[in-house]
Amino acid sequence: MPDAPGGPAIEIRNVFYRLPNGLTLLHGLNLEVQTGETLVLLGRSGSGKSTTLKLINHLLVPSDGEVLVNGRSTRDWDAIRLRRMIGYVIQEIGLFPHFSVERNIGLVPRIENWPADRIRARVQELMKLVGLDPQLASRYPRQLSGGQRQRVGVARALAADPPILLMDEPFGALDPLTRAQLQREFVGLQRRLRKTVVFVTHDLREALLVGTRIALLEAGRLVTVQFASEFAQSTDPLAAEWVAAFAGSAETPIEGEAV
Amino acid sequence: MNVWQFMLQNQSEVAGLTLEHLWLVGVSTALAVSIGVPLGILVTRWPLLNKPVLGGANIIQTIPSLALFGFLLPAPWIGARADRLAILALTLYALLPLIRNTSAGIKSVDPAVVEAGRGMGMTSRQLLWQVELPLALGVIIAGVRVATVISIGLATIAAAIGAGGLGEYIFRGLAMVNNQVILAGAIPAAALALFADVSLGWLEKRLSPR
Repeated sequence: MPDAPGGPAIEIRNVFYRLPNGLTLLHGLNLEVQTGETLVLLGRSGSGKSTTLKLINHLLVPSDGEVLVNGRSTRDWDAIRLRRMIGYVIQEIGLFPHFSVERNIGLVPRIENWPADRIRARVQELMKLVGLDPQLASRYPRQLSGGQRQRVGVARALAADPPILLMDEPFGALDPLTRAQLQREFVGLQRRLRKTVVFVTHDLREALLVGTRIALLEAGRLVTVQFASEFAQSTDPLAAEWVAAFAGSAETPIEGEAV
Repeated sequence: MNVWQFMLQNQSEVAGLTLEHLWLVGVSTALAVSIGVPLGILVTRWPLLNKPVLGGANIIQTIPSLALFGFLLPAPWIGARADRLAILALTLYALLPLIRNTSAGIKSVDPAVVEAGRGMGMTSRQLLWQVELPLALGVIIAGVRVATVISIGLATIAAAIGAGGLGEYIFRGLAMVNNQVILAGAIPAAALALFADVSLGWLEKRLSPR
């Protein structure tokens, strides 16, 4: 497993999040993400996983409590500066349909005013890193397969070399084979890059594969946080329920996958 | 004498009135774009303004054109010259399709694209100019197209207050009970509308993403 963590990059302190209509999505969430680890937020739909991600990059603001990034509350960060040091990958990918692959990947460097030749070199480097044929650089998103598109999404998030990466079910919309391939590649990539990653999924198998630790959320509350290697043996009843549900549906025993 | 012979004999007058007509439509559409597009953007930023702005533009549309020309007659500076009056009225009429299409175009941009842009740290201005407006451009041009075609038709009525344009022939023909003269105004106006529709339709297709 990973090296000794270098202290928390993200701290979520007693965070509540309420919608204007009074519905509470998060109930006093406490969570720390260590530098260089991949923390998986696992939970069913509506458990507050995506909300938690958006609180980290200030797309949402806590109704109560605070979120610290590098020791500073997101309320005190300039939202634009904060977001540019946090890569963001979402399930729908959200590539700009009117931008070529190259312009999509180079977006953050461009708005950060990097010189053009440095952006071009960085895009080439990233395309190699995520396994994209450099010839695709001039293509448009509609001309790519789903897997290629998500690779562009990951490359775009990594473009300005952000220390933190937020991934919201990044591989959820892909076919099973492509998904498995991208998951494996992500694990390899993360072993090299050592970013601080918060990874949202409702797939326990994926959580065990990519995660250093797994935080199980249910109805806006944290149920348990466990090292991925120990999650399958968890004594928590809800965690056990998840393990049982996945073991029941799997062809291979789930313990075998906890690398 | 048929209408073609009439138009041939009076070709310099036909050309003059056509130019006048184009000027009324061109200036008013340009004004309407420069007011309507920003208003359309504004209502997407402050949803509270959505109802009053679109409602206002809607009400203007319901005023009969002849009445609107009449209403504006006493306005200072504007009322002093018939063409100013006509341009103002045509501008007001063109606002609704422009505001509506601009806001609809921006709202139709895939929310995932906007979220990704915001999440990566694009400022509102960068999102607007680099993402939302380019992706809404086809829908906005469609609004310009509707506004232009409506204006070409409406501008014929401007002749009633002496603003000129192809409506001159139509009103003159009506007064003379002469169909040829009416057609000498109506045919070029219809041709202009058709031409504007086709060329802006082409532009709309060219500028639509995908």
